[in-house]
Amino acid sequence: MTEEQPILVFKDVEKVYRGGNVAVEHVNLTIHKGDFVCLIGTSGSGKTTTMRMINRMLEPTGGEILYNGADIHKANPVELRRHIGYVIQNIGLMPHMTIYENITLVPKLLKWPEEKRREKAEELIKLVELPEDFLDRYPSELSGGQQQRIGVIRALAANQDLILMDEPFGALDPITRESLQELVKNLQEKLGKTVVFVTHDMDEALKLATQIVVMDGGHMIQNATPEELLRHPANQFVENLIGEDRLIQARADVTTVAQIMLKNPVSITPGRSLGDAIRLMRKRRVDTLLVTDDDGYLKGFIDIESLDNNYKRATSVSDIMNTRIFSVVSDTLLRDTVDRILKRGLKYVPVVNHQGQLQGIVTRAALVDMVYDTIWGDSDDETSEHHPDDAAIKENSNAAMAEKLTNPVGTKATDPDTSNDKEV
Amino acid sequence: MIDFLNAHGSELITKTWEQLYISALALILGVIVAIPLGILLTRFPKTAKVVIGIASMLQTVPSLALLALMIPLFGIGKFPAIVALFIYSLLPILRNTYIGMEDVDPVLKDSAKGMGMTTMQSIIQVEIPMATPVIMAGVRLSAVYVIAWATLASYIGAGGLGDLIFNGLNLFQPDLIIGGTIPVTILALLVDYLLGKLEKRLTPISERS
Ligand SMILES: Nc1ncnc2c1ncn2[C@@H]1O[C@H](COP(=O)(O)OP(=O)(O)OP(=O)(O)O)[C@@H](O)[C@H]1O
Ligand SMILES: [Mg+2]
Repeated sequence: MTEEQPILVFKDVEKVYRGGNVAVEHVNLTIHKGDFVCLIGTSGSGKTTTMRMINRMLEPTGGEILYNGADIHKANPVELRRHIGYVIQNIGLMPHMTIYENITLVPKLLKWPEEKRREKAEELIKLVELPEDFLDRYPSELSGGQQQRIGVIRALAANQDLILMDEPFGALDPITRESLQELVKNLQEKLGKTVVFVTHDMDEALKLATQIVVMDGGHMIQNATPEELLRHPANQFVENLIGEDRLIQARADVTTVAQIMLKNPVSITPGRSLGDAIRLMRKRRVDTLLVTDDDGYLKGFIDIESLDNNYKRATSVSDIMNTRIFSVVSDTLLRDTVDRILKRGLKYVPVVNHQGQLQGIVTRAALVDMVYDTIWGDSDDETSEHHPDDAAIKENSNAAMAEKLTNPVGTKATDPDTSNDKEV
Repeated sequence: MIDFLNAHGSELITKTWEQLYISALALILGVIVAIPLGILLTRFPKTAKVVIGIASMLQTVPSLALLALMIPLFGIGKFPAIVALFIYSLLPILRNTYIGMEDVDPVLKDSAKGMGMTTMQSIIQVEIPMATPVIMAGVRLSAVYVIAWATLASYIGAGGLGDLIFNGLNLFQPDLIIGGTIPVTILALLVDYLLGKLEKRLTPISERS
């Protein structure tokens, strides 16, 4: 992928309109074949300007743009435009031409023979699930959504590899909009097209893009995959653009349990004496110990109550160990875990790897931290959240353990009488 | 009526033909010059103001005076008459072409350019079709003017139905005056009607009301 020549490269591109209005500056952007790039930003942030420089509808006042490695400034603008599909902000179907003539406008300019054009038009109209007799209609005889469909396929008719779309689904009802988004995404994936798509709708960008470029005041603020954007918004502006709801949800969507778990939980092996157990609890200031065997496999837990109740009768940890323990695998998504932790009222959940070896624990408090960070935290907090193995954090997590393991609710729910059961 | 037709029937036909011939030539010349000029002017908005101003000024010159002015330049006969009428036909066509082209939805021009049409292709395939109703309205207006004013052309020896009317005036024969005027009116209405038909045909289906 990286070896391949990028289809489009912006090198420090700048556009200053007459009168000194700086519409965009310092745009550096690399787009590879098959990418779906969304330009997103507030009104007037320079999205359209950036896009229109690609097919030389506007000339940059600085920097250069390479299309398939060649400087577009040296290309013939008319030829260039015929090879780059373009869906303008208001569709712009020709009202005096039939749908057929509209779709095959560029092929006609390229002097394709009539049969080939007819064939293409029929193929494309099927692609957007419209009846073939629509080809003989005029744009005014189609609904807004149908017109938008034609606008999209018109940009594909000459087998263009690169397609520019400027807010193509602006004024549509959500259902039509969604179906058109699906259409475009499918076309891009199926036909391997490269799409540059302007929108100011974050949902649309997150849904469609493989690469999101956030623009503000003529500058590129961030250029990232949707996932990266959600995980590490570059600044407050991007966060606002994404919105709190999406951030919280997205965080849980992409974060795995391993990323927020506390490592080195307090554990003990079944063979140890109850005396050892109580000393360990005291030392680490916890009221529950996870029990693992010598190879680190999670076996169960003991808590201070069962220890207290059975201190005289039992001798080793295995005698009082409760094996009814709920755990999660480290690479499950937090989204799936959050619900369980919250619904079961657990204070913590042990995390194991696929073999069942103990890796860490996720505490309720860690979830709170995550939500807190999402809403209030700056990016520093966030980073630490994702690297719990930093030395400084380790200390933290130990301290947290001490505090958070004082009263594990999950274990309390179990009847102390059954705590000797060996069942698994 | 019958008597009049018997006496002047063949003259009436020749004169009507002359009238039509002078008017048509003037109008065709006007169309040939004014439409491209109007289109060209849309690319030079500053010049456009000046040119349309000049055309408006020419329009205000009294028609008889304009015809008279042609004599020192081109002598008498059909030719100077056609030139004078041509000048009259310019303004409505020029102004309407300019307005019509200016009024084409910029979105469509942008769309045409964005798809890779050359300026010429955009003008011919998109802008002119979209501007046709407005341009044609100008042509129809010019046609009616030119046909009416062609009557005066008989003053400088161009012939036409004006001959009948002026004869009638000189000889105090009201039937000649009426006999000349009615065909002018009919001719003007007929041409306007036919151009209306043509306008319908030229107007893109989607733009017809
Ligand atoms: N032809 C022009 N002349 C001067 N300034 C312009 C011109 N076109 C755009 N601008 C300015 O350039 C800036 C960027 O405009 P642009 O159209 O690229 O914004 P945008 O991000 O596409 O906004 P929107 O979401 O409203 O479409 C704006 O400040 C705008 O006023
Ligand atoms: Mg825009």
